[in-house]
Amino acid sequence: MPSYIALRLISAVAMALLASLVIFLISNFVPGDPVLAQLGDILASDPAVVAEWRAKWGLDLPLWERYGLFLKGLLHGDLGTSIATRRPVLDDIVQFAPATVELATISFAMALALGIPLGIAAAVWRDSWIDAVARALSLLGVSAPTFWLAFIMLAIFYGWLGWAPGPGRMDPIAFPPEGPTGFFLIDTALIGDWEGFHDALAHLILPAIVLAAATLGLITRTTRAAMLDCLQQDYVRVARAKGLVERVVILRHALRNALVPVVTLGGLAYANLLTGAVMTETIFAWPGLGRYTFRSAAALDFPAIMGITLVVSATYLLVNLLVDLSYALLDPRVRR
Amino acid sequence: MLSLPRTRWQRRLRRYGLAWLGGGIVLAWFLIAALAPWIAPWPPDAVDVTRRLIPPSSAHWLGTDILGRDVFSRLLHGARISLLAGFTVVLLGAAIGTAVGILAAWLRGWGEEALMRFTDLVLCFPPIILALALAAALGIGTTNTIIAMLVVWWPKYARLARSLALVQRSQEYVEAATVLGLPQKRILFRHVLPNTFGPIAVLCTLDLGIAILTFAGLSFLGLGVVPPTAEWGSMVSEGRELVEQWWVATFPGLAILTVVIGFNFLGDGLRDWLDPKAQR
Repeated sequence: MPSYIALRLISAVAMALLASLVIFLISNFVPGDPVLAQLGDILASDPAVVAEWRAKWGLDLPLWERYGLFLKGLLHGDLGTSIATRRPVLDDIVQFAPATVELATISFAMALALGIPLGIAAAVWRDSWIDAVARALSLLGVSAPTFWLAFIMLAIFYGWLGWAPGPGRMDPIAFPPEGPTGFFLIDTALIGDWEGFHDALAHLILPAIVLAAATLGLITRTTRAAMLDCLQQDYVRVARAKGLVERVVILRHALRNALVPVVTLGGLAYANLLTGAVMTETIFAWPGLGRYTFRSAAALDFPAIMGITLVVSATYLLVNLLVDLSYALLDPRVRR
Repeated sequence: MLSLPRTRWQRRLRRYGLAWLGGGIVLAWFLIAALAPWIAPWPPDAVDVTRRLIPPSSAHWLGTDILGRDVFSRLLHGARISLLAGFTVVLLGAAIGTAVGILAAWLRGWGEEALMRFTDLVLCFPPIILALALAAALGIGTTNTIIAMLVVWWPKYARLARSLALVQRSQEYVEAATVLGLPQKRILFRHVLPNTFGPIAVLCTLDLGIAILTFAGLSFLGLGVVPPTAEWGSMVSEGRELVEQWWVATFPGLAILTVVIGFNFLGDGLRDWLDPKAQR
């Protein structure tokens, strides 16, 4: 077991290094000239200033030395400076991340809480009405464009019915809590501001449902397929022959084995929520990483886009690592 | 569960009914895409600010957008770009990926290791974010966006093709062909490749929906097509703040939804047909 973990850690670090190399190479092939972008027209017309600037940022060095500098910067948390906000990209990301993590976590919890039971029920009562509902729901979830679903939900529940509050994390006239975590639900609860908590929660529900839709579809579908597979296995027949209650057979014997593919997919799906957040946050005016990504892409703010790619890729790698390690808990055969 | 006896026709309809429906939807969109210039009632780019944001009516079936362009006509024209982008990405991605995968399975040793680690490297990036970064680096435009998507699209095919080819390699017919003294290249192209087609075709069909969704998503973010080109993702984007004028964003989204559902039904049916044991 320890050697398995060590091996996975080493390969994850190697992958992260390679990924940073890829990102470095892409940002070096940008058609736009960073000198012009950073210095502006007037300063960039003076060759001496340009040469000094290039030397200062190491742009006159050979490619591999610049990669070394880039890595050194990364280790110091330097992801470059955003052209649009004129702030270090890392500061931007730290500021916007909590809003996205809060939204993604709530949606993921919703998708799991609904998707796994629905998948189990669909497999146990195969071809029944609940199976039909589960299949229709998962088909719609994976087929509907997130950005469109966000628009529709907002148009119906905010614009037409008026049941949900409008875009944003809180009411525009409310004072958002100041720290310490940046998660509004936690921050308001910590200072006992229940009115703010309620406001934040109300604003969270609609975007969370939209973001959860695709994940819910995938989780339901995978749970159903894995359960159908497990329910046909010999050990399930043995368990039934022993006279175990059906509930025990399904939950202890079949489900535990069916969870392995669900965990794999769940890990990936959580990381994918960050992608879905780009669309959802844009429409719900949610001040998170997704909207920051959208704005950076629209403004062709290259340092910001590369910084986000790097951070999200690192998250992806970390989630994959955790998923692999969790196999060891779920499946004793991996430990050997 | 009690199973009632069914006629053969009922069983067939039950098994493949949705696949036919999916095929019908896809075919309909193909016809629309091909015939768009002839069946669209208005030119897709005709701006008329005196007729902006008209609700659906007999003159404008799906209303008009903020520049007074006919949403229905733009929707029909949008089918062309979505289908074209989807097919280009999936077919080229599958071709590149399959080539890499089969080559890896055939090389074995360090060649296989290098190819597959490279594949894993691309897979470790979140696809939309990497495509977004590439599309931003290459510049806005349909071709550039397709290139960016291709970069992130091929790895899943490489993995699938390699595992399929590895299974085929150990089959007796390959051994027999080797014993018969057939050249390796012939075995690879004439024997192994055709036997890997089924699962790859299934993946392609299901993937077409995802590719169309992704392209629409990138267009929604402003990277896919150059305005004023009619494209579904950018049409939703143009209408995203018009909650009162819901028709501007709603109909292009429904178009995406139906085409993706069509490819999903078709892909599921194809899988059942090719592998009746894997009925889900």
